[in-house]
Amino acid sequence: MAVASDVPKESFRLSMLIYDTRYRSITIQIFVLLLFALFVSWLISNTISNLAIRGKEFNFGFLWSRAGYDIGQALIPYSNDSSHLTALFVGLVNTLVVALLGCVLATILGVIIGVLRLSKNWLVGRLMTVYVEMFRNVPLLLWILLSYVILSETTPQPRDFRVTDEMAAAGEAPAASMMLFDTVAVTNRGTNIPSPLFDVSLGSVDLGFMSVNLTILAYILVIAGSVWINRRILAAARARQEATGDRPVTWWKSLLVLFGPVIALSVGLGLHLEIPELKGFNFAGGILVAHSFTALLIALTLYTAAFIAEIVRAGIMAINRGQSEAAFALGLRPGRTMNLIILPQALRVIIPPLISQFLNLTKNTSLGIAVSYLDLRGTLGGITLNQTGRELECMLLMMLIYLTISLIISALMNLYNSSVQIKAR
Amino acid sequence: MKKSVFLGVVAATTMVAGAAAAQSTLEAVKARGELICGSNTGLTGFGAPDANGNWAGFDVDLCRAVAAAIFGDGTKVKFVPTTGETRFTALQSGEVDLLVRNSTWTVSRDSELALDFVAVNYYDGQGFMVKKDLGVSSAKELDGATVCIQTGTTTELNLADFFKQNNISYQPVTVADDSEAQRQYLAGACDAYTTDASGLAASRATMPDAENHVILPEIISKEPLGPVVRHGDSNWGDIVRWTYFALLIAEEKGITKANVNEVAGSTTDEEVKRLLGLADSGDLPAKLGLPNDAFKNAIAAVGNYGEIFAANIGEGTTINLARGLNALWTQGGLQYAPPFR
Repeated sequence: MAVASDVPKESFRLSMLIYDTRYRSITIQIFVLLLFALFVSWLISNTISNLAIRGKEFNFGFLWSRAGYDIGQALIPYSNDSSHLTALFVGLVNTLVVALLGCVLATILGVIIGVLRLSKNWLVGRLMTVYVEMFRNVPLLLWILLSYVILSETTPQPRDFRVTDEMAAAGEAPAASMMLFDTVAVTNRGTNIPSPLFDVSLGSVDLGFMSVNLTILAYILVIAGSVWINRRILAAARARQEATGDRPVTWWKSLLVLFGPVIALSVGLGLHLEIPELKGFNFAGGILVAHSFTALLIALTLYTAAFIAEIVRAGIMAINRGQSEAAFALGLRPGRTMNLIILPQALRVIIPPLISQFLNLTKNTSLGIAVSYLDLRGTLGGITLNQTGRELECMLLMMLIYLTISLIISALMNLYNSSVQIKAR
Repeated sequence: MKKSVFLGVVAATTMVAGAAAAQSTLEAVKARGELICGSNTGLTGFGAPDANGNWAGFDVDLCRAVAAAIFGDGTKVKFVPTTGETRFTALQSGEVDLLVRNSTWTVSRDSELALDFVAVNYYDGQGFMVKKDLGVSSAKELDGATVCIQTGTTTELNLADFFKQNNISYQPVTVADDSEAQRQYLAGACDAYTTDASGLAASRATMPDAENHVILPEIISKEPLGPVVRHGDSNWGDIVRWTYFALLIAEEKGITKANVNEVAGSTTDEEVKRLLGLADSGDLPAKLGLPNDAFKNAIAAVGNYGEIFAANIGEGTTINLARGLNALWTQGGLQYAPPFR
């Protein structure tokens, strides 16, 4: 066979990069990559040259200069003498607080509504349908503004709480009074709630850019320890049950372990409540939860819960009817069937779309600017940007931070997702 | 080959961008046929659209004067409403040619924001407004008060400094613009509203119960408000600056909207002749790149500084501001124009 032995000698020619199917796809990919890199470098050089024309340079030095403005809700130590960087962290913490609370509350509410929407009770099912359609189909911004207006327009002004001497003499009651045994005051500016105070302070440790309160840290450690010991007790009880079929009584141990150490710590540190009191223009003492925060949280929760309800409903409907029929056949009541059989399986369907709802909620917190909630958008992307005129730097930094938060949430939820998936054994 | 085409496109784009940057603001305005002026979103007396959508006000008239100086027609101007947050970005990006929007002249805005404040058309200071029934007579009694403040302004920083200096505390409520501030203040969401004293007077004038609100006596800062242009085009800055000075000189010389033509026919004052660009008086306006009768047109379009002040914010209007610091230097004020020669 002369043909077989006469294999032409492979020699690489440049034209093969285009005409040879073995190389063509690589050639195209490299070419497109080059084009993309060129485009990016053009964007960057264009930005730099235009900044130069405007006489502006690109640097982040402004973050270390004095901020000079005040922030109403600062959960970490901040004053107008702090740097713009600290203001950034104050905003970041405000964003994270409302995002975290929003995610938790929206999930709880969403699961309840999703389950109730499948209820056999006609009225409950329809009511939940109305809720879902109402919140899903009106823009979030309107819900935020609506909650804010309702909160601030229907509540009394702080001075309505005042009892003047003439009123006391005439035996008249003030126009408004505090709630919950005179500990909580709702005004048109915010909700004043009692704050915990300690006789003994553990002080705080300064980490350079922020300081860590050791009292809060002690509580976190004690609670984490209690939860861990409680889990050990339950695990031991389960092991005993599986080995002998006899489950030991654990409720009193759990109660003791969960609440004993916290109560002991509180008594040791001399925990007491500081009740807000009307002084001058506003209530002093206690904690002021501004309506901007409450309104944003309520609107985000209600809005996202509608989406989560639909995800939960879809997850439940994805479970084969045979599962619940089998559970009923075993004599399980509907409640336990839902908790033990349906929901754990539905989680596999629910978690992935739930992740994107959490991401949406977190990013939607930036709408808080509409009610002057000073989150990351309000501090870094609002006042800092305005006062320093560093639009590009602030916007890039803000995008980077939101991107990081979102990626962290995705990573954590993906971890959780892989733990609820069917395990191949 | 594709790559070289792409590079060619890039090079061409860069050149176009470069050419656009080289074109002066005056040329761009002339080519466009109208001046684009950044104004307030609505501050009665200074810059607000009336019921028919026509912009009117103290700042607005300066824009009209500049338009009249360039085109001989005070109506060839488009107003772009800007908030405290967006105003400087709008100017830097070229969205507006000129910003006349009660903006305070500070060193950081001159340097860091790369802007040029070309004149001070209103000398102002920051004040506080409270409801009368609050019984407050001094800003120092505002300890613990909730204060409404417009974000992106110098007043935001002054407020923090004032309360710190006097060792008293406050709760800030940041709002985007004057109308939101008014809403919050009237709804009682804040005890006091702080901004430039002129702005407070303007806000109060639009409130249904103006007599129930007082502006506290303390003026806690200097707020020289004036027209702003971008860094880097000195000629454009000169045009705006000298249009403004022309209005001042007109008041000083008694030239008004009504008599400007008459004065042009009869005057013997050499400075007035130069200002109005009369024949055999040189061509000073033309040296700025304007028609020789530019400032005559500007005065004819809006009147002199005193007329603008009286018509928009002066005593007799709802805003009722006294000339005060803004009187001419000859009457004990600070408004002073360099000689026109």
